[in-house]
Amino acid sequence: MLKIKNLHVEIDGKEILKGLTLEVPKGEVHAIMGPNGSGKSTLSYVVAGRDGYEVTKGSIEFMGKDITEMDPDERAALGLFLGFQYPVEIPGVTTTNFLKTAINAQRKARGEDDISPVDFLKLQKAKTEQLGIVPDMLKRGVNVGFSGGEKKRNEVLQLSMLDPKFAILDETDSGLDIDALKTVAEGVNAMRGSEKSFLVITHYQRLLDYIKPDVVHVLAHGKIQKTGGPELAHELEEKGYEEYINAA
Amino acid sequence: MSNRFAQETLDTVKNLEKYDAGFVTDIEMEKAPKGLNEDIIRFISAKKKEPEWLLEERLKAYKHWQDMPEPNWAKLKIDPIDYNDAYYYAAPKRDEDKPETLDDVDPKILETYEKLGIPLKEQEILAGVKTRKVAVDAVFDSVSVATTFREELKKAGVVFCSISEAVQEYPDMVKKYLGSVVPMTDNKHACLNAAVFTDGTFVYIPKGVRCPMELSTYFRINEANTGQFERTLIIADEGSYVSYLEGCTAPMRDENQLHAAVVELIALDDAEIKYSTVQNWYPGDENGKGGIYNFVTKRGICKGKNSKISWTQVETGSAITWKYPSCILAGENSVGEFYSVAITNNYQQADTGTKMIHLGKNTKSRIIAKGISAGKSDSTYRGLVRISPKAVGARNYTQCDSLLIGDQCGAHTVPYIENKNMSAVVEHEATTSKISEDQLFYCQQRGISEEDAVALIVNGFCREVMQHLPMEFAVEAQKLVGISLEGSVG
Repeated sequence: MLKIKNLHVEIDGKEILKGLTLEVPKGEVHAIMGPNGSGKSTLSYVVAGRDGYEVTKGSIEFMGKDITEMDPDERAALGLFLGFQYPVEIPGVTTTNFLKTAINAQRKARGEDDISPVDFLKLQKAKTEQLGIVPDMLKRGVNVGFSGGEKKRNEVLQLSMLDPKFAILDETDSGLDIDALKTVAEGVNAMRGSEKSFLVITHYQRLLDYIKPDVVHVLAHGKIQKTGGPELAHELEEKGYEEYINAA
Repeated sequence: MSNRFAQETLDTVKNLEKYDAGFVTDIEMEKAPKGLNEDIIRFISAKKKEPEWLLEERLKAYKHWQDMPEPNWAKLKIDPIDYNDAYYYAAPKRDEDKPETLDDVDPKILETYEKLGIPLKEQEILAGVKTRKVAVDAVFDSVSVATTFREELKKAGVVFCSISEAVQEYPDMVKKYLGSVVPMTDNKHACLNAAVFTDGTFVYIPKGVRCPMELSTYFRINEANTGQFERTLIIADEGSYVSYLEGCTAPMRDENQLHAAVVELIALDDAEIKYSTVQNWYPGDENGKGGIYNFVTKRGICKGKNSKISWTQVETGSAITWKYPSCILAGENSVGEFYSVAITNNYQQADTGTKMIHLGKNTKSRIIAKGISAGKSDSTYRGLVRISPKAVGARNYTQCDSLLIGDQCGAHTVPYIENKNMSAVVEHEATTSKISEDQLFYCQQRGISEEDAVALIVNGFCREVMQHLPMEFAVEAQKLVGISLEGSVG
């Protein structure tokens, strides 16, 4: 589903990713773990297509298409989703309006008709109930005045309503208490299936107790240093990242 | 049948792209000779078969006007206006007798308004799921060409007609109130209007009547080298209510055209007037060539106790906007409100705001102004809150927010507060912000294109104001926000 080949990325002339290669097949959940400053967030932004992240070498392929030069909204319409580490506030735009605009923009890009207002409300109601989101949150400005937990729940709400083929979750666990973490994980787990893939980026092993990965990668110094099964996460939790930090 | 037109109206709004109103209607016009002098004023007055007193008022205004200086305190760069290089009267040619029914209106004019999404048929407008009626007075260059739903309104006692007709049919009311809120000496633009106004709308809501439908005027400048000088007078008698909307568009032309209107509102005891504007005059091209000079004086007086006047404006068009819809709060417990969105892009300039003059006891005012600047444009909020010594217990709340798009535009806030009563409470809040890259990327990641993201974020920024617009206009206004900011990013 996602194939990254020898990816080199610069920000303001400084190389952050230095030949990263990664493949996430359909239906699998992969975790990326790594120390601070290893390039985890850069990886999520560059896959989503953020401005200012210059790909100097290598390519990103998604669903068989080279998306390296695509705009973020085109990538989103193909079914790529990024759950933000720090969700952004948009004052005056209600979450409901934001969701409807996003869903219809993606449908339009795929040549489909707008979702009917009734279907939209039904979908929204089902998903909010599933995630334990109070309806009041939907009427407030996107992420405005939300607690850390509410922001992350809102990310998962968007994830489940947009129903992408592939989702990157960037440090979704940061700033969450254990209850919120469980709700978020349940939301993600409910979406798992043979057609969908996830890339879970995290610093800690804790989240992986709830979202069980098929494969774990260690990212350090802008490259994947090691790949293994779920047991690799536990090993990191015990030993820390020291051996990877010192490797360079 | 009615639904077909309603649907067309909605589709037109939906399909608005760029400056869609920029076309010209090819129609035979009757014009006064070019230039401004006493003869032209006599010509206009004679055309309207006006009583002697009104002609004298016009001539008096013209004399004043010649001696008055241009207002130069606004933060605007205005090229000198050659007042003699314009036509002051231009009307579609027709038989001398005014068309009595809508069927007599030139099909080309009907077509023009239909193209603009303004229904001149008496049908119900379909807005969302609600069906309701909107009465329209259509002003085409210098004259009112059609007014809908008059008979139905008459049954409720509501007078809704062109000001020219009102001069003939309700001379006492016109004589009593015309110029009572905006005197001819108020400022040079208002004075010019007093001398040369050609048409406009007159509304009278009788005692205790809640106007059964929205009233609206749609202003269209079509002819080249003309100015439009309309006069609107709305009187809400005791305990009455009216919601009135106006819209305006003009063709794309390289020359600047002057629009100098005067609007006067009078609210008696317990009356309420809600006045909304969606101003979409041609703004000029991306290099700042052409566009309308929109120099407008709008003022309402809350004459009676417990009366209320509420201005809502969405200003997206015009090369230059100079406009301060104001409230004189004379009656005890009267309320004045001003909700404004002003968007400037490319080389547009806007200096707009309000004046709240508190004269009566326990008067309240509320000002919410949102300015959005993009391109190389400049936008200024200028507002005055004056509390007179007698305005015991007066209250004002003002909030001014500016949003900048790009780094070559300007936003300024100039609040004046004059408080002469120690019991008054006056609050002022102001913010300036930019659309952040984080916000744009967040929206784009969810599938929303960059331009749509800007429109979404700006509409969110304006929400507090937009929700005061009648539903029919809110849809159009939201679209306009997106359109007027096209090309402002990326």
